[in-house]
Amino acid sequence: MHRSITVTVNGQSRTAEVEPRMLLVYFLREVLDLRGVHVGCDTTSCGVCAVLLDGVPVKSCTMFAVQADGRSLTTVEGLASNGQKHAVQEGFKEEHGLQCGFCTPAMMLVASALLEENANPSESEIRWAISGNLCRCTGYQNIVKAVQHAAATLNPQPASGRTT
Amino acid sequence: MAVTDTSPGWLGKSIKRKEDDRFIAGRGNYIEDINLPAMLHMAILRSPYAHARINGIDASAASALPGVVAVVTGELLAQHKLAWMPTLSGDTQAVLATDKVRFQGQEVACVIAEDRYVAHDALELIEVDYEPLPAVVDPFAALDDGAPLIRDDKDGQTDNRIYHWEAGDAEATERAFAEADRVVTVNTHYPRSHPAPLECCGCVADVNPASSRATIYMTSQAPHAIRTVFALVAGLPEQNIQVISPDIGGGFGNKVPVYPGYVVATAASLLIGRPVKWIEDRTGNLISTGFARDFHMKGELALTNDGRMLGLRVKMLSDQGYAYADAQPSKLKAGLFHIVTGSYDMPAAHVITDGAYTNKAPGGVAYRCSFRVTEASFLIERLVQSAAYDLGIDPVELRRKNFIRSDQFPYTSATGFVYDSGDYEGALDLALEKARYSELRAEQAELRKEGKLIGIGIASMTEALGAGPSRDYDILGIKMFDSAELRVHPTGKAILKLGVRHQGQGHETTFAQIVAHELGIPPDDILVHEGDTDNTPYGLGTYASRSTPVAGAAAAMVARKLRDKSKKIAAHLLEVAEEDLEWEIGKFSVKGAPDRSKTIQEIAFAAYTDHPPGMEAGLEGAHYYDPPNLTFPFATYIVVVEVDAETGEWKPRQVVAVDDCGVRINPMIVEGQIMGGLTEGFAMSAMQQITFDEDGNCIGANFMDYLLPTAWETPHFDLYETCTPSPHHPIGCKGVGESATVGSPAAFVNAVVDAVAHLGVRDVDMPVTSGAVWEAIQAVKGTG
Ligand code: FES
Ligand code: FES
Repeated sequence: MHRSITVTVNGQSRTAEVEPRMLLVYFLREVLDLRGVHVGCDTTSCGVCAVLLDGVPVKSCTMFAVQADGRSLTTVEGLASNGQKHAVQEGFKEEHGLQCGFCTPAMMLVASALLEENANPSESEIRWAISGNLCRCTGYQNIVKAVQHAAATLNPQPASGRTT
Repeated sequence: MAVTDTSPGWLGKSIKRKEDDRFIAGRGNYIEDINLPAMLHMAILRSPYAHARINGIDASAASALPGVVAVVTGELLAQHKLAWMPTLSGDTQAVLATDKVRFQGQEVACVIAEDRYVAHDALELIEVDYEPLPAVVDPFAALDDGAPLIRDDKDGQTDNRIYHWEAGDAEATERAFAEADRVVTVNTHYPRSHPAPLECCGCVADVNPASSRATIYMTSQAPHAIRTVFALVAGLPEQNIQVISPDIGGGFGNKVPVYPGYVVATAASLLIGRPVKWIEDRTGNLISTGFARDFHMKGELALTNDGRMLGLRVKMLSDQGYAYADAQPSKLKAGLFHIVTGSYDMPAAHVITDGAYTNKAPGGVAYRCSFRVTEASFLIERLVQSAAYDLGIDPVELRRKNFIRSDQFPYTSATGFVYDSGDYEGALDLALEKARYSELRAEQAELRKEGKLIGIGIASMTEALGAGPSRDYDILGIKMFDSAELRVHPTGKAILKLGVRHQGQGHETTFAQIVAHELGIPPDDILVHEGDTDNTPYGLGTYASRSTPVAGAAAAMVARKLRDKSKKIAAHLLEVAEEDLEWEIGKFSVKGAPDRSKTIQEIAFAAYTDHPPGMEAGLEGAHYYDPPNLTFPFATYIVVVEVDAETGEWKPRQVVAVDDCGVRINPMIVEGQIMGGLTEGFAMSAMQQITFDEDGNCIGANFMDYLLPTAWETPHFDLYETCTPSPHHPIGCKGVGESATVGSPAAFVNAVVDAVAHLGVRDVDMPVTSGAVWEAIQAVKGTG
């Protein structure tokens, strides 16, 4: 009953045989050994499983691996390039945007997708963008600052005057 | 916000966290990341009933499913005397149900299989013959004569009462009430909540049949205590058990108790001879593991007409679920709830507490809280606000009039705490200034004329934490000291090992800073190691804000021991007497000849290569710290809310927090803790609640029904600080990880009530939903 699927993960093509009922999150964690994606609920509520599917955040606990066949995925392991941290990763460390770290990979991926679309998001745009991702530790304020920090790094001269 | 500290040394420095690099790379090592060769997977079958007799379990179809290795039932465990286990409060709890199930979600059987999908498939094939029994859901009804007896398994238990415990002086309190001009009453329920860390619980148990050695990886905030409990329960020699807590995805008290899943996985690994992994799902986490709060409280405050507090009388009933399982210090049945006199100079107080069994999950854990101080702080701060309205005095003035004054410390409270230090007016004044309190009151009056409502809520909380002095505090008899071991290697780098276990609080950075400050070794050169019972000294764990007060103190003390030895080595190297040396951070130099000096790194090298004759080689030591007292951080929180009187909807407009936790080791991390705490305070006041229907069905054992705040609802926080060092902590610290969770719920609720107080509303129970506000308004309209 297994099916063969091929996905591009963090730029590399990966082929594997999977059970049709295998969730994407367990495919990433257990078949591809990408452990930065986490599981935190059984109702598609917490967002710690978020990855980017063709650049768009999806909750990988709510998709089957077979649905990703032929698509391109980015996980936290793909954020850094050439040994350089992504600006979002720098931002999270600089602004103390994480505590236990469990929500962090998904938060950073969602933030990076936001910054691709909106180089200079306001505080409320950031809060809205990450509102599908729970964090129990930080109270979100430093996550907002972390994303702003990353925006400033990626786009050193932001348009002025947008605070909220 | 944090000010940059340019003083020498490493205290007060917001250095970036050493632990972050692995987390932002996705290379944290959480329980689910641990996989061992030949590992099996476990899934738990839970009871659909809150109360039922088990007439039989048929696991034959499940056992026959390909890939299933074993089905474990209570009966099997009973053969090994493992069907019941002790709780950390000295009660007992079923590992797997044998005679009856006593709450919905109780563990009934476990499947061990080759993969997680098969394990879950097999659960569906287990047939359990239940005979439903009447469920006891209301804790007051539980204590009625004739209520169904929940713990009929316990010899001598004839009713559903768990404990009756009192603090304070009943007679003195009666006299105070007799003299009072007024008595103000608040009746409130602090709802049942759940810490809900984003990572659920889990373990990988690996019992090696050849060596009999059990290595148990688990999500535990207290690995040493858990190992001792395992040794006692299973009769395994303690040296053969190694408990490892890997990275933990949040704890908040939820990961203190021992849960059946850990025990069954370990027993299964022992019986099968292969590693067994159990990863809890969210429903299992919310329905069965340590809930928090659920105190029904009546507080009465006796006052004079001019606002002088004379006495406090409190009656509290705790809904404990079917087992008393909340890890209380053994001498204190309701934890530190008797801190309920708060920040006030209360001449007399009497606190009566009772605990009742109900057909609900066991727990009552200290959720981001030092043993029930959260409920206490809420009650007194609600009482103060109600009293202010009744007396027609501004809530600020009423607080000011009754605060324990700075010159009264150390202050002995009416219930027996000795508060170490405080400056409550200082924190209040700063908060009022930052919130622009008088302008807010003027704005409130103006807006009211336009039919718009804002409310201003204040809470001036004091908490007691850092358990604790071993004369008073123990868990199951194990004294609540904590420990640190420090070794400086020949190259001047060091490893610090601690008995506590962080879950995001930043220990790998802050505890390195403590040692750096005492010895001058930079934090980057110090590895902080926790959470491995073979390789760290014994300690009671991380909860109740005790890590910095106790283990942080141990870290400072062990560093000082090494500094003393370093001085002897420096004297030997410099060929002078010890008295001729002086210390500045990082080196000893000869008094009057500062160019003749030895750095700590040079001294460390000499400790292994050129130590003085007659001295033991090496630079290493241990310290077990038994604190002389608790520490007493305090804060003032001011919350401003907007309320829509038509719909009852409300939202926070401003949150000002002034926290005083003594010396801040890393202000950035402290502020992170405070913001996290404020968010949970907001969450409890506004949305978090676990409820049950009349049959004991748990409503809300998932994140669709049990609401947690997202970034969208969570308000912005303005943080400020005052600093009143603890006089007895070696570096002047107090705990802080929980202050805002403890103190801020009252500020949120006080703010909502304040917005509608002019209509006659005096109380709205948590969670303060828009429906609850609307109903409270309608109720007073009806009576008015
Ligand atoms: S695991 Fe919670 S949304 Fe996917
Ligand atoms: S950092 Fe712990 S859940 Fe976000």
